[in-house]
Amino acid sequence: MRFVKAFISVIFTVLLIWVLNNKFGDIPPAGKFLSPSRGFWQNAENKEGQSSENLTLTGLQDAVTIRYDEHRIPHIFAKNDHDLYYAQGFVTARDRLWQMDIQTRSAAGRLAEIVGPKALEIDRYHRRMGMVYGAENGLKGIMANPQTREMVLAYTDGVNNYIHSLSPKDYPIEFKLLNYKPEEWKPINCIFLLKLMSETLAGGSDQFAMTNNLRVFGPKAVNELFPDYPFHESPIIPAGTKWAFNPLPIPKPSAGYLAQMTENIKPKEKVDGIGSNNWAIAGSKSATGYPILANDPHLNLTFPAIWYQVQLSSPTVNVNGVSLPGAPCVIIGYNQKISWGVTNVDADVLDWYQVKFKDNTKNEYWYNNAWNPVKKRIEVIKVLGAPDETDTVIYTHHGPVVYETTSEKPKNEFPHVPVGDALRWIAHDESNEFLCFYKLNRGKNYNDYRAAIANFSAPAQNFIFASNDNDIAITPNGKFPLKFKEQGKYIMDGSDPANDWHGWIPPEQNPTVKNPPRGFVSSANQSSTDPTYPYYINWRFEQYYRGKRINDRLTAMQKATVDSMRIMQMDNYSILAQDVLPTMLKYLDPSKLSDDQAKALDLIKKWDKFYNANSIGASIFDNWWYNFYNLVWNDEFTVKGTYLKLPSYDETEKLLLTDPNSKWFDNNKTPLKETCADMVNHAFYAAVDSLIHSRGVPGDKWQWGRVKDTYIDHMAGLPGFGTGKFIAGGRGGVINALRYNNGPSWRMVVQMGPVVKGYGVFPGGESGNPGSFYYRDMFDTWNNGKLNELLFLNSANEKSARVKSTLVLSKK
Amino acid sequence: MLFFIILILTFASGYFLPWWVVAIAAFLPALFIGKTPAKSFFAGFSAVFIVWAAMALFKSIPNDNMLAKRVATLMHLPNWILLLVITALIGGLVGGMSALSGVLVRKAFAKSK
Repeated sequence: MRFVKAFISVIFTVLLIWVLNNKFGDIPPAGKFLSPSRGFWQNAENKEGQSSENLTLTGLQDAVTIRYDEHRIPHIFAKNDHDLYYAQGFVTARDRLWQMDIQTRSAAGRLAEIVGPKALEIDRYHRRMGMVYGAENGLKGIMANPQTREMVLAYTDGVNNYIHSLSPKDYPIEFKLLNYKPEEWKPINCIFLLKLMSETLAGGSDQFAMTNNLRVFGPKAVNELFPDYPFHESPIIPAGTKWAFNPLPIPKPSAGYLAQMTENIKPKEKVDGIGSNNWAIAGSKSATGYPILANDPHLNLTFPAIWYQVQLSSPTVNVNGVSLPGAPCVIIGYNQKISWGVTNVDADVLDWYQVKFKDNTKNEYWYNNAWNPVKKRIEVIKVLGAPDETDTVIYTHHGPVVYETTSEKPKNEFPHVPVGDALRWIAHDESNEFLCFYKLNRGKNYNDYRAAIANFSAPAQNFIFASNDNDIAITPNGKFPLKFKEQGKYIMDGSDPANDWHGWIPPEQNPTVKNPPRGFVSSANQSSTDPTYPYYINWRFEQYYRGKRINDRLTAMQKATVDSMRIMQMDNYSILAQDVLPTMLKYLDPSKLSDDQAKALDLIKKWDKFYNANSIGASIFDNWWYNFYNLVWNDEFTVKGTYLKLPSYDETEKLLLTDPNSKWFDNNKTPLKETCADMVNHAFYAAVDSLIHSRGVPGDKWQWGRVKDTYIDHMAGLPGFGTGKFIAGGRGGVINALRYNNGPSWRMVVQMGPVVKGYGVFPGGESGNPGSFYYRDMFDTWNNGKLNELLFLNSANEKSARVKSTLVLSKK
Repeated sequence: MLFFIILILTFASGYFLPWWVVAIAAFLPALFIGKTPAKSFFAGFSAVFIVWAAMALFKSIPNDNMLAKRVATLMHLPNWILLLVITALIGGLVGGMSALSGVLVRKAFAKSK
């Protein structure tokens, strides 16, 4: 009996420990996770902050001094470049290890390895899109250059030395929650981050929907509604700029320009209204007589933030700005001679090609009037708690056939990928973007800037520049395929060589402008050039709203200061409302309104067209326009089983302002003939009624900041680790393009001059640890529209009251 | 006495060894000096409960309990104190069961002699 008792007790205890040591579904191992000596409690950082430290590490050539300022931003001083990037890897991993791990895992299609079968399809998607293939090619380019090779290897070494120093209690909390451990960092992981950027910024496609549009409406209507140059525009390179080069011959359009559709699948639409801003004013427009440069890239906002601030100094460089955790160098920033920033170009560098296979073995495909062999790439995906998945991906000379058959493709997921088509994507090509940043970080003048950016392939960016020589410039820049006009607007026939990319636009012939007479350069993802540019980059760009506002403000501005730039970055003025509101009000019949509708009309008439957080007019206008747009297009563009792309706001504006009797205003679902005025009136009723329905009579609850959803989540969507909803102004299409969880991910202003001064902030903090006081210490500054003055140290020993602690890394 | 020995062993072993070493820290002393099953369970439970609560607070208080509050929200708990209690209870349960097992094992073998 006593044996039995003892036995039961021991078995129960062992079982209890086993249960507490294992993860069940999404529930972390309770004992391991809650244990105060091993679990999450260990991640709670002391309020007093870290004191100065000395660490001895293998792999260093000399001592490195890292000075941390009041936001725990590292200022790294190394005696050589190797040690500089080693230290960058080390300190970045110290603050952001889990983010680095999860982002590279996601890009590499290795999530299922840690979370199980539920991530299998997303992994398969990344593999089949050729993310690993592209990263392997990218690595070749980086390893071929001695500077970038040393940089990436040193960075990797630094990350790994940090990882080796960890015991399980030190792992970032997310590792403890998901119950896995950090693995060795590899050089290719640095490239995966660039591939993720390409996926975000140059991975969408309208080709599918446009091909459907063509089939449903015919070329005449499509050319009318989807023109290659918008109604309103304020191009990045000022209209009328002369092109100082002899262009290459433009390729001839192929015979089968319009390819046949294979499947009716809903493609991922490119989301309108996202993007970024940058601008630089010449000394003639600034109060100090030196240029000022500003940049705010709009991306998904997350905890930890996408950016990591850092100052990097060695005998060859002293640069300050933001880096991507997991990649060496500063990506956006300044040194004491130049400053630079980026926005997305939105070039068409992703095309789909129809593939005709010889037979079901799919070993050969038809191209250039002959059967050609395919290449097959085997992708092995490890899955937690299940056997490995092996996937064979067929590659034609264009690239991977992402999904061969409808059954291979998961239902209702990855809608942007057409079935049976091969993908030609710039992100698959060998390149060396790091060389661009390596050189920009060390740039001294305009020529250095031009030489640096020639190394950048993808995702193409509008590189803006200002220098102490009083030069300003902007270059929509990247590797642009040489194409015939509209090549890639629709899906192409992959068997015709005339549809292939025909080489590249020479980098020196990319659109560029230096010191234009208007005294400033700017970009907000709108058309790179006016229609006189000889090459085809894309038929669509972001609409002109933000660009126009920026250009209007800068044109008027004199004696500008850092603060004028900061205020402009927070500007909520709507050019769309300026364009359309007077006409919409003109068509609205006030005699037919209910009391509440009349009240709303009164409010919108008084509205100043700013999307400020407390603005009620903004909420009414936003709903009104949204309803109007949908009323105009939804009747024609709702065809069951066929996904279509709706015309742009710009095109809708054009009809409203110039063609009120257009047939597109008629609702073809009713026998009556509707006009523009009918649409405007109905949209107004619907807008006001929906606001009343959800928020009661017009009042404080109608304020834009409350109507709009704004929030920042943790990367894994963990409740309590993000901000929750907060009240803020802004909108896609205004300079302060903040809505949902997308918006200014880094705001920077740099005043050039004998002492270059930078200002900047991102929504979050340097530390990725939710138990750190530096996890979100900069959020309020960002949300209040303020900037931090960036600390720039000239040497490791420079005295500054802002330096709070010092970390010395010595060689072992 | 048993209580103090488990308390000290739990405290001393936690930082270097896996979390479940508390089971050994409670089992072994009970195996040698545990008196009754009830007393042993109580000694193991209360010793580990106290050590875990104290160690958690030792990290959490200088942190203004910021992380504990975040994790409480993550776990859908109303406040971090409850998270602390659950932590201590889990530790206590493991400690108590291990001590109980210790004393029962000894008794099992003692009788057979």
